[in-house]
Amino acid sequence: MLEEGADRATLRKEGLTAAVIDATFDVAPGEIFVVMGLSGSGKSTLIRTVNGLLEPTAGSISIDGQDVTHLSKAGLREVRRTKVSMVFQHFALLPHRTVGENAAYPLQLRGVNKAEREQRAEEALGMVGLAGWGGSLPSELSGGMRQRVGLARALAAGTDVLLMDEAFSALDPLIRKEMQDQLLELQSELGKTILFITHDLNEAMRLGDRIAMMRDGRIVQVGTAEQILNEPANDYVAQFVADVDRSRVLTASAVMERPAAVIGVESGPKAAHKLMREHQVPALLVTGRNRRLEGVVWEDDVANAVKQGADKLPQSGEGAIRVTPDTPLIELLGDAASSRAPLAVVDENDRLLGVIPRVTLLSALSVPDGENGDAGEAAEPASAGTGDSDTVLDTAGAN
Amino acid sequence: MTIPNLHLGDYVADGVDWIKATFEPLLDGISDGLETLVDGISGLLLAPPPLVVVVVFALLALLVRSWSFAVFSLVGMLLIVSMEMWEPAMETLALVVVAAVIALIIAVPLGILAARSNGFSAVLRPILDFMQTMPAFVYLVPVVIFFSIGVAPGVCATIVFALPPGVRLTELAIRQVDRETVEAGESFGGTSGQILRGIQLPLGLPTIMAGVNQVIMLALSMAVVAGLVGAGGLGQVVVGAISQLDVAVGFEGGLSVVIIAIYLDRLTGAIGQHDNRSLLATLRRRRRRVAPAA
Repeated sequence: MLEEGADRATLRKEGLTAAVIDATFDVAPGEIFVVMGLSGSGKSTLIRTVNGLLEPTAGSISIDGQDVTHLSKAGLREVRRTKVSMVFQHFALLPHRTVGENAAYPLQLRGVNKAEREQRAEEALGMVGLAGWGGSLPSELSGGMRQRVGLARALAAGTDVLLMDEAFSALDPLIRKEMQDQLLELQSELGKTILFITHDLNEAMRLGDRIAMMRDGRIVQVGTAEQILNEPANDYVAQFVADVDRSRVLTASAVMERPAAVIGVESGPKAAHKLMREHQVPALLVTGRNRRLEGVVWEDDVANAVKQGADKLPQSGEGAIRVTPDTPLIELLGDAASSRAPLAVVDENDRLLGVIPRVTLLSALSVPDGENGDAGEAAEPASAGTGDSDTVLDTAGAN
Repeated sequence: MTIPNLHLGDYVADGVDWIKATFEPLLDGISDGLETLVDGISGLLLAPPPLVVVVVFALLALLVRSWSFAVFSLVGMLLIVSMEMWEPAMETLALVVVAAVIALIIAVPLGILAARSNGFSAVLRPILDFMQTMPAFVYLVPVVIFFSIGVAPGVCATIVFALPPGVRLTELAIRQVDRETVEAGESFGGTSGQILRGIQLPLGLPTIMAGVNQVIMLALSMAVVAGLVGAGGLGQVVVGAISQLDVAVGFEGGLSVVIIAIYLDRLTGAIGQHDNRSLLATLRRRRRRVAPAA
């Protein structure tokens, strides 16, 4: 019935509930893939099919090329022990065991000897900032610390794939942010493949290399935070992202424009003057060899230089403001306010990648609704972490 | 029209006779075994001077619960001794311990199975209802036929009567363990045995202990009723008092039952608690503090 295109409402009349209807996606190694949806959208069911806690009625899931949907119980256990570990919303720690024993639990299930599992648990606790807490009971820890134990437990298991089911949703906002930061930091060191489930769009945008938007058991869009923000696949997604703080999600590289008002460092003041009139800008960025950013020239100085017949560009002491491509827009606002010059986006070698005029910055922060689609057009297709080959995790059409 | 008379009881009586005739050697074996067990334990309890046993009971109370409970046990048990009810009280205690242990050995696995299988649970439930609501005295009839008069029929009737709450509370204990915690066990590749031992039983322990507590209390109440079939102990004292209308002995026997009951109830009730102020719990906490961070 579902395959004929029936939706949840039709099925409900039959007394059934389809939790996940059509969810096809790949997760690349080392990627944080976020599945975002409201409660009841089927995201928790989805994540539970990945490690076989629930068995899909149709479709398949493969991890590292191995189909896990039709495994025997023993085979499934092996996958869970060696390939996938999970972090739970309400931590799911064992209250009668110490923090250290909790972290060592997956290893104990696997039959690792006591000395080794204690050592690995201690390492994992150290990674999440809980070194020395091994002897405490979970009940003596705060919520954030308990979830760190949950994370340490998953890390101690040493699997490449981490499933995180609303892992930070039960935490206070401040603690949640702290945990997100820590996860990103850990991820930059460990490079795990993470499937993260959340109902919090801001969290999804902060963490996700790519995000899948889920609604009524179907995935309605998969893309980077910027793609979802700027090119919502349908009204539902658009409505959803309307409230997102765009200034924290969009980065400089997403809104920057091709640098037009640029002049070579060897050019004379007359050329600069002409260029300024053509582009109607008060300032030009000056670049040297290999598009290295040298500085900025201002209209007044250029006019003076032309009058005096100088042959060198009068570079200003007020230098260009350099930003890196992955700076969130919110951090650019202060710079934009303090300088008249366009913001120069440069890479680590100080090469000019693009510019962000104030107008662009402002329009990027407004919601794209046809009239000011500048931000959308300016957005480059981001390519962060989407290695399409080498699929590690990939689910197909679970219903 | 007339409704045909259906004498179900006759069939049951025939069944009981058949069992008696067919399994005579087995029943005799069970009877001897139970008698040996109960006699052994009551012999053990009665071998040392009563005061020594009283002190041991009080120490046990201190170990698992608290000072005040230890004082209560000391005073209560001394009262039993001074009423000259010590010997029957220890016989009853032995009978209760044997019956309760056997009942739990049967009840806990049944409860675990029932928690895992909805089908099994559905079949088991009406049987448990039957066992629990059938008037306790009715059990005494077939067990006397099986085992004749003595300790064995008392123990068997007690087991049947005390079993149901043990099964029910074990099932409840395992079913109510947090779903996510069990999933955690599964998601790290635990076998069902590992999850049972490492997660479900320890997390369900307080409820299971409530079941143990109920089993023991029911066993005690039935052990007194079993005095009717010659099971000895306080039951015999109470039954004797009824037949002779002896208020004084009846009261002393009854009071002894109450003291034993409170003692067993508080003792087993304390074991399931995670944070109590007993000596044992304090020692355990201290040991964990001292132990190096694992």
